[in-house]
Amino acid sequence: MTSFLLQPETVGRVVDTVTTGEAVAFWVLGPLALAGALGMLFARNAVHSALWLVLTMLSLGVLYMVQQAPFLGFVQIIVYTGAIMMLFLFVLMLVGRDSSDSVVEVLRGQRLTAIVLGIGFAGLVVGSLARALTDVAPAGLAQQNTQNGGNVANIGELLFTDFLFPFELTSALLITAAVGAMVLAFSSRVGKDRKKTQKELVEERFRGDRVGSLPGPGVFATANSVATPALLPDGSVASESLSELIETTAKETLDDDLAEVSGDGHQADARALKGDQS
Amino acid sequence: MSTAQLLADDPVWLVIVKVVGIFAFLVVMTLFMINWERKVVARMQQRPGPNRVGPNGWLQSLADGLKLAFKEDIRPVLADKWVYFLAPVISCVPAFVAFSVIPLGGEVSIFGERTALQLVDLPVGVLVVLACSSLGVYGIVLSGWASGSPYPLLGALRSAAQVISYEIAMGLSIVAVVMSSHSLSTADIVGAQAGTIAWGALPAWNAILLPVSFIIYVISMVGETNRAPFDLPEAESELVGGFHTEYSSLKFALFFLAEYINMVTVSALATTLFLGGWRFPFVGDDHLLNSGWFGLLWFVLKTLAFLFLFIWLRGTLPRLRYDQFMRLGWKFLVPIALFWFVAVAFSRYINQAGLSTGLLLTVFGVVLAVILLVAFLLPDKREVRDPNAVPVTGGGYPVPPLDLSVPKSPPRRQPPVARLPTSGEAGVRNQEPAAVTASPKEAGDGDA
Repeated sequence: MTSFLLQPETVGRVVDTVTTGEAVAFWVLGPLALAGALGMLFARNAVHSALWLVLTMLSLGVLYMVQQAPFLGFVQIIVYTGAIMMLFLFVLMLVGRDSSDSVVEVLRGQRLTAIVLGIGFAGLVVGSLARALTDVAPAGLAQQNTQNGGNVANIGELLFTDFLFPFELTSALLITAAVGAMVLAFSSRVGKDRKKTQKELVEERFRGDRVGSLPGPGVFATANSVATPALLPDGSVASESLSELIETTAKETLDDDLAEVSGDGHQADARALKGDQS
Repeated sequence: MSTAQLLADDPVWLVIVKVVGIFAFLVVMTLFMINWERKVVARMQQRPGPNRVGPNGWLQSLADGLKLAFKEDIRPVLADKWVYFLAPVISCVPAFVAFSVIPLGGEVSIFGERTALQLVDLPVGVLVVLACSSLGVYGIVLSGWASGSPYPLLGALRSAAQVISYEIAMGLSIVAVVMSSHSLSTADIVGAQAGTIAWGALPAWNAILLPVSFIIYVISMVGETNRAPFDLPEAESELVGGFHTEYSSLKFALFFLAEYINMVTVSALATTLFLGGWRFPFVGDDHLLNSGWFGLLWFVLKTLAFLFLFIWLRGTLPRLRYDQFMRLGWKFLVPIALFWFVAVAFSRYINQAGLSTGLLLTVFGVVLAVILLVAFLLPDKREVRDPNAVPVTGGGYPVPPLDLSVPKSPPRRQPPVARLPTSGEAGVRNQEPAAVTASPKEAGDGDA
């Protein structure tokens, strides 16, 4: 654990073997990471699932630090747990706290494909793990971390020399994804059916035939209903004073109201308030 | 001997002493800050502030903390049991951890053991603080979600968006510092700020060398800690208490503690990155003022200056609206930080390439000339208006001008006063209308 605390000059003493501390850290963090992964799979609640994944990522980050890669470890924590999982949580909260997994299969043959791909992936992992355990000799980073100003400087140099092209490609990919998301999310605001701004609404209104508001319904001595149209000075009916809603409402829905107004319906009885004396 | 080497051979008991020391420092700073904040804000608002408990009221926050611990611990029915319990812990632990990489002072001797006043010196020290602050958000977000109530959820959503946005600006402002001091290690960054610039007139602090980074960092550190004027996640007037609305007792105290420790941590990081850390300016490392425990004193003083800034802002500025706040972060701070970072990289390249001054001046002159030329050639977009034109509506009716001055209304006619035969009673009655007309309220009406 203390190997990466040392400055480059003193790291020469560190031998590239698995120290006791590293072994202890591995046997603590490994099961934790595994538990996190299993918990993520089997948790009912989406937010709990995300939290289990955070545990896995944190354990991996600390494992990187123990294995002489402090920069990678902290970047793992900052980028994956700090930014990406936070965005996941953000979306989950927007969706709602009670939403859980839907068990309906939306893609045709999804389960079969998943099983085949899962088995293939497991085969690949087992194969590469087996090869890593037998054929590959562990190199360790102690040598690398002593040269050219240590771990961080070496990573920086590699990123901006040998791996510049993949690095830039990755960033281009990410920017494309971000711009694509923006286009999808905001296209409704610039297209034909976008929402008008307040200024545009005002200008449209002043350029139109009617600056003021529509006339209200007529209120006369005989009627105060919204269904009574207003009359113009020459006695004609101002058709725009009637709400469209009245024309489109089916007559049957108003039967009760009509009955009540005409006096045929249920009458309010003062004695009804005292139920026992009728 | 570098700080990392000094720290590498610390015995276990010394590490434990330092851990306990940092813990105690942070808790005491929290208690002090709460009181100091209340007193300073009170003074800014012309009132005495807490002055009953202890000498001059300085133990008020301790009493409040003790009272808080004995309050009833309430868990809402709809709360998610485990996450509700975990959230305050998650927000508190990273706050303490972040302080472990801050250099509090130079080389000292503790019980005969030479060491530096710092817990660890990692080659990625600054990243530790960033990682801890990004983990601390989980506490806020999870508390909001687990409370099972709409206000905390809104506060948590705001907080997640806020901290992610401002962490980008903060990280970008730190990049320039890292470039100028060639290291991510906090002790090395402090070391790089030793000495003076401008022929000894100014200390070689990054706040002076990289002023834009400094300003962006200071703004984003306020945003990062959810403090006024950026305290939208717990906006009292909109969200009751924000993410901690449903919390009580010790859990609430933990949130409170985490908030104040985060303030101390970002202030300490600002001191480390921009104000030369624990070093006294203008004097060398072998001077008395920079020896031993003096460093701790300068460090605490500089940190307190930043903490005072926090209080000052809270006492002065109104809270921003959410969209204004996001616009400030994404449309101003991030682009400025990016441009500044490119400019710093460019200037470093020029310094290293060793170009001659004449060539540099020529290049800058040409660039400036091109920019000026483009600026002049760009068409003036402002349309020319006829000053005498009367604005009309779509129907052709003239619109009154916006600066229309309402003409003064003519003086009010005096109501005719009947002349009655003088008697004592009638005389009193007759004076009433005259008195009403002469009252300042009535007289003022005509001028409006």
